[in-house]
Amino acid sequence: MKHATRPTQVLLLLSALLFAVTVLSLAFGSAERASSEIVLQIRLPRVLLAALVGAGLATAGALLQALLQNPLADPYILGISGGAAVGGVAALALGAGVGVGAFSVPGFAFLGALGATGLLYAVAGSVGRAPTHSLLLTGVVFNAFASSVIVFVVTATDLSRMAGIFLWLIGSIRLVDFYLIAGVALLLGLGLGVGIYHAYALNLLSQGDEIASHLGVDVVRVRRRVLLATSLVIGASVAVSGLIGFVGLIVPHLLRLVVGSDHRLLVPASALLGASFLMLADTLARTILAPTELPVGALTALVGGPLFLLLLRRELARAAP
Amino acid sequence: MKETLLAARGVSHAFAGTPVLTAVDLALRPGQLLLVVGPNGSGKTTLVRILAGVLAARSGEIELAERPLSAYTRREVARRLAVVPQEMLVPFPYRVREMVAMGRAPFLGALGREGPRDREVVERALASLGLTLLAERIFLTLSAGEKQRVVLARALAQESPLLLLDEPTAHMDLGHRVHTFEWLRAWIAAKPLERGVLLVTHDLLLAVRFADAVVLLDRGRVVAQGEPCEVLTPERIGAVYGVDTTVTEDEAGRPLIVAVRSRIRYPEPSDGSNL
Repeated sequence: MKHATRPTQVLLLLSALLFAVTVLSLAFGSAERASSEIVLQIRLPRVLLAALVGAGLATAGALLQALLQNPLADPYILGISGGAAVGGVAALALGAGVGVGAFSVPGFAFLGALGATGLLYAVAGSVGRAPTHSLLLTGVVFNAFASSVIVFVVTATDLSRMAGIFLWLIGSIRLVDFYLIAGVALLLGLGLGVGIYHAYALNLLSQGDEIASHLGVDVVRVRRRVLLATSLVIGASVAVSGLIGFVGLIVPHLLRLVVGSDHRLLVPASALLGASFLMLADTLARTILAPTELPVGALTALVGGPLFLLLLRRELARAAP
Repeated sequence: MKETLLAARGVSHAFAGTPVLTAVDLALRPGQLLLVVGPNGSGKTTLVRILAGVLAARSGEIELAERPLSAYTRREVARRLAVVPQEMLVPFPYRVREMVAMGRAPFLGALGREGPRDREVVERALASLGLTLLAERIFLTLSAGEKQRVVLARALAQESPLLLLDEPTAHMDLGHRVHTFEWLRAWIAAKPLERGVLLVTHDLLLAVRFADAVVLLDRGRVVAQGEPCEVLTPERIGAVYGVDTTVTEDEAGRPLIVAVRSRIRYPEPSDGSNL
């Protein structure tokens, strides 16, 4: 039957795309003739990290959109990444860099993301579906607040790190060791697992708590779990790459146009396409101005900003009769 | 056989200190189409939400199949009781078939994998509300009346013996409204010992011709309940709705209500101007 095979085909196609993009990303770089050392020790970890972060941000976007019943939700725009960044910077300032453990930055980033999500719900989500403008305003304020906290903490602790922090705030994929990559992969896998497990409930939740409840969903439990999973994924992604924006908006949006809004397919498909998307963006970021590197966050914002405005315009046009 | 499918006992509720429902008692018996009517703000929708278990009443008990509603999980409730709410918001472009298939949710495993029987039930639900040709359409692009048929079909796909419907026909044209009421009667008649429908509507004059019993609410209290002809007297309709009516019985013993004129008079503007 047509409907039974289609999701499998979509996922296979996206996997093939991911493979092709991986090969492409490994093959291109600033070195004119790449030795196997460059490919294995410099490009491979970076390509892997880009894939993980891309998958994480896109998945988080898809999950948030369902939870907040709003296709414009994105961890960056809503300030949840900002919250994670505050957590990460706090960990750095407390001295994670000198060996508190590779997980303290992701751990604090997770707490920061969780705190921001909690605040978002407390402010904008307490009355069922929050209107788009109040969600966005909450995000704007969170982001401004988070940047201030970050600048404050950095200035108070170590001004010489300012340049690095700046790169982090724009969002960039940098070299990290394999242990950190493995850690991110673990957290991402956990979050993605929870998201896929509850994907069907998200279809129902996206129509509001009462509808989901009528159809047998334990709303409080599912919502709590998916929010935790989302915060985990965002925390891990932000901890290693900073504030890369709009991936969680662009990727699920493209997929919704092509494969529809069934989250059973949308969530895993977002992970696959998100990985390809950020790998490609990062490859572009490190090659178009070679030997200088562009922070990949600048590139995603360049694409995502206009797209977001377009979507917002359409959303507002639909809301007004 | 159970005596009652769904019952409210002494249900009271208030929003921000304002009482919305006061000591409401009602019972839906197998084979019944129970009509709950009352003017704007009489507490109908609040009652539906309490009966469905998505709003906790300040006091009183809800019983589903003669057991307290609180003794069921949400999933168990969804297998016994399907709800069509008055308002709904769908932020994503789901197709009609996807929307109806969501009615199978209480029967699916965690990953939501549908089996052949689930798909069969969905197709049957689509067909029985005339939606087969619309199955691939995007729900958001339908007319309001078509959307209501889709949500009704979703409730049908739940295969629960009990339907709780809040204004399910409000946006339908006359033909589809009559058809929906007839269809509900036929749905009950197919399994009269198990099934029942609680229908909240403003469409009193039409719906009453299909009802077995009527509960008349006014400002959160049950004014009268019982057989349609006994409950809906011109005096009561006049007192509750502020409208003069003539009520006659047709040859089948069903009430024929005709609205004659409104008694509602707003205070005159103080400067004496009119319109």
